[in-house]
Amino acid sequence: MNQTEAPRESLSALQPAPTIAVSALRPAPTMTWDEALVEAHRCLMCWDAPCTRACPTSINVPQFIKRISTGDLLGSARTILSSNILGASCARVCPVEMLCEGACVLNDLHERPIQIGRLQAFGTEDVVFGNHNPFEIAAPTGRSIGVIGAGPAGLSVGAELVKLGHSVVIYDAQPQPGGLNTYGVANYKMDMATAIAEVAFITSLGVEIRTGVSVGSDISIDDLMETHEAVFVGVGLGGIPPLGIMGEDLNGVEDALDFIADVRNGSAVVSGQRVAVIGGGNTAIDAATQSALSGAQHVYLVYRRGREQMGGYPHDIERALQQGVEFVHWSTPDRIEGSDSVERLVCSRTELTTDGTLVVIDGTEYAIPVDRVLRATGQAKRTGFLGTLAGVETDSSGRVIVDEHHRTGNDRIWAGGDCVNGGKEVVNAVEHGKIAARNIHEALLASVGI
Amino acid sequence: MADLSVNICGIESPNPFWLASAPPTNTGDQIARAFDAGWGGAVWKTLGEPIENVYSRYSSVDINGSRMMGFSNIELITDRSLELNLIEIEEVKRRYPDNAVIVSLMVESDPDAWDTIIKQVEQAGADGIELNFGCPHGMSERGMGAAVGQVPEYTCDITTWAKSSATTPVFVKLTPNITDIRYAARAAKNGGADAVSLINTINSITGVDLDSFTPRPVVGDMSSHGGYCGPAVKPIALNMVASIAADPQTADLPISGIGGIGTWQDAAEYILLGATTIQVCTAVMHYGYRIVESMHEGLSNYLDGKGLSSVEELRGKSLERVTTWENLDINYVHKAEINQETCIGCALCYIACEDGAHQAIGVKATEDGKSEVWIKWDDCVGCNLCSLVCPVKDCITMVPQDVGATSMTWVEYSSDNPPGELYPRPKHGLTISS
Repeated sequence: MNQTEAPRESLSALQPAPTIAVSALRPAPTMTWDEALVEAHRCLMCWDAPCTRACPTSINVPQFIKRISTGDLLGSARTILSSNILGASCARVCPVEMLCEGACVLNDLHERPIQIGRLQAFGTEDVVFGNHNPFEIAAPTGRSIGVIGAGPAGLSVGAELVKLGHSVVIYDAQPQPGGLNTYGVANYKMDMATAIAEVAFITSLGVEIRTGVSVGSDISIDDLMETHEAVFVGVGLGGIPPLGIMGEDLNGVEDALDFIADVRNGSAVVSGQRVAVIGGGNTAIDAATQSALSGAQHVYLVYRRGREQMGGYPHDIERALQQGVEFVHWSTPDRIEGSDSVERLVCSRTELTTDGTLVVIDGTEYAIPVDRVLRATGQAKRTGFLGTLAGVETDSSGRVIVDEHHRTGNDRIWAGGDCVNGGKEVVNAVEHGKIAARNIHEALLASVGI
Repeated sequence: MADLSVNICGIESPNPFWLASAPPTNTGDQIARAFDAGWGGAVWKTLGEPIENVYSRYSSVDINGSRMMGFSNIELITDRSLELNLIEIEEVKRRYPDNAVIVSLMVESDPDAWDTIIKQVEQAGADGIELNFGCPHGMSERGMGAAVGQVPEYTCDITTWAKSSATTPVFVKLTPNITDIRYAARAAKNGGADAVSLINTINSITGVDLDSFTPRPVVGDMSSHGGYCGPAVKPIALNMVASIAADPQTADLPISGIGGIGTWQDAAEYILLGATTIQVCTAVMHYGYRIVESMHEGLSNYLDGKGLSSVEELRGKSLERVTTWENLDINYVHKAEINQETCIGCALCYIACEDGAHQAIGVKATEDGKSEVWIKWDDCVGCNLCSLVCPVKDCITMVPQDVGATSMTWVEYSSDNPPGELYPRPKHGLTISS
């Protein structure tokens, strides 16, 4: 075998083992009152604040911070949650560096931006995890909406609709509600218990969630359409498809999202292992960082292009490097070798031709000795299921086509979240749910007059 | 290096930084440590018939997380015996002959009582005495402190008694809880005072405990008004110091300035408005005696930078720049300018002007997610508000405009023969109609 040197980017020479506690990289979301007050008082209270404009759900950041600085946690939670019902998880999983905190004007003063994420976690904690309902729930309208998928989009639309007095039933095939918040967020950002506790808050508002129910098999779509006046589809994306290379059936090769879920429920053990993650997006970075934090001996992130082309956020990439993840750029997997379990990942080098096409360079094969291979090369669309919904159309990328109100081609079906945008942040899914809920409410009002 | 030493009505002090009569000057040991730290003088915590205090004594006002912007106390005069204090005064003077030791006194309104205690503290070596006519709580209920300071005749009388007994200079400490401080200062001067110290503390309730409904400081389930001091009171005190220094009847009366001083800049401001020495309490109660170190160095560097060789040369320099409103130039025009290079786009100037002032700033959300702001030049009245709220140093400046208008005071303008035209100023017409 022709072994060549792979282009690598790593801090591992400086940091022999990933021993840095995650808290040193991303402060724990919880704050003491003293800490929160110091931080809240730093806020300049900008007019038409850039942080609010940067938030996909337009949380009024200066106003919720003002409530914290004046000791009013109920008011703070209400300010946050009225814009974003999943404010507690967004406080933990949002890429704040790209959103609110990145927009903070203090950056331009060369000062640390306000820790909006942590303040938001602080400001929602009592209400969300204490299950105190800060909202007035409208009188029952007698109307019922069915929601497919108890992920962020479905929880958002459900919560907004029950606040308006409607009945909402969310169906989810998984044993636990929460979607990617429960199963797909790397543990170091938010643990499973926090995600599930937040769902409990949503149900305390009056949303009914039926887990372990697969729409299309456990309950037919016709039944669903008959039971509910309107239906919201928030089914997210599917699994990460196989790479289509030899050796993928070996033990130790798996979908990076399944791996993250297994770490969350404690069934995945990577301690002491050598792990290769394939991909360059956020899931790949998360799986790599989580592997390192879970005690992997060495973590490789194998990506067919360079650092600049990676889809992962710069701050997440930075964190992965700090955790000792070794980035292997311009490499693509050829095959996975091993007798029963994974032993080697064999890659070839890649390059761009003058016309910008990515090509594999012949004769550049090299092997990386690994015990586990995680594929994070993009989730599949749920086109099969979506095809069973009459009138619901998808685009060439398999994303559900909706209008600006998130209504699909079927005037009784709305959709939002990853199945519409192809896979973005929790906060984007929440906004979809908000927009759809408003439109569903108007449509129901118009149809009968509540 | 500028000379920091001062002489106030014959009392020499190595620098103008004194400790005010208060908890930091309660004991000889404290004052000794303060002198070691660099304080030039100290006014001994008020002596008199020893009292008993309540336990809970202090409360404060925090502003946006900054502690003790305002501070209040309901502590009374010394609770230590006169004998102990006299022994310690003597020992402190023996050890620190070059530092100024002034002893604050408060006794009942009886000439003999004043005569006795004045002779005792002078015997012990005090360089001067300060008559406490300012304490606004507790003692005033017993006919002392502010009860004296609030009545000019009493102030004059007791000052006269004290002067007839004292061989050292007599300072009268004035209460700000009056309508016009000049009357109190004139009364002190008429009584023969060698100097005045001001301000004493201001009557106050610092806040209310929103759970128990008890005002602060909480004493059990009750409270009582206290004496307010700290950074929040400095502007009030500066005005009173300037009024006395500018009053023809008291212009020659030396002043020891007190109120919210914690830095060399604060001290310099008092000196510029006529004070010879300054007294500090709250800042020391917050940070300890060590704050005097930076005060020393800062004032010295400042004087050097200004080409002044002594504190005395600085004293009163701002007084000629204080006048009455009617003598201000109503044709002085300045307008705000925003430095777009340093602007961070918080738009606080916009909302402050829009809601709080004269609607003279424009705003636009920009594509980079920030805000762009600009001055509507014709609408700007030059009020300064935007430059005050701007969090960026020197980003918004007030720039004098050469508009060619004749300099003119209100007095001149309203006279029969104004020297020129009133330069027009932006005004709103009808803004809302039915």
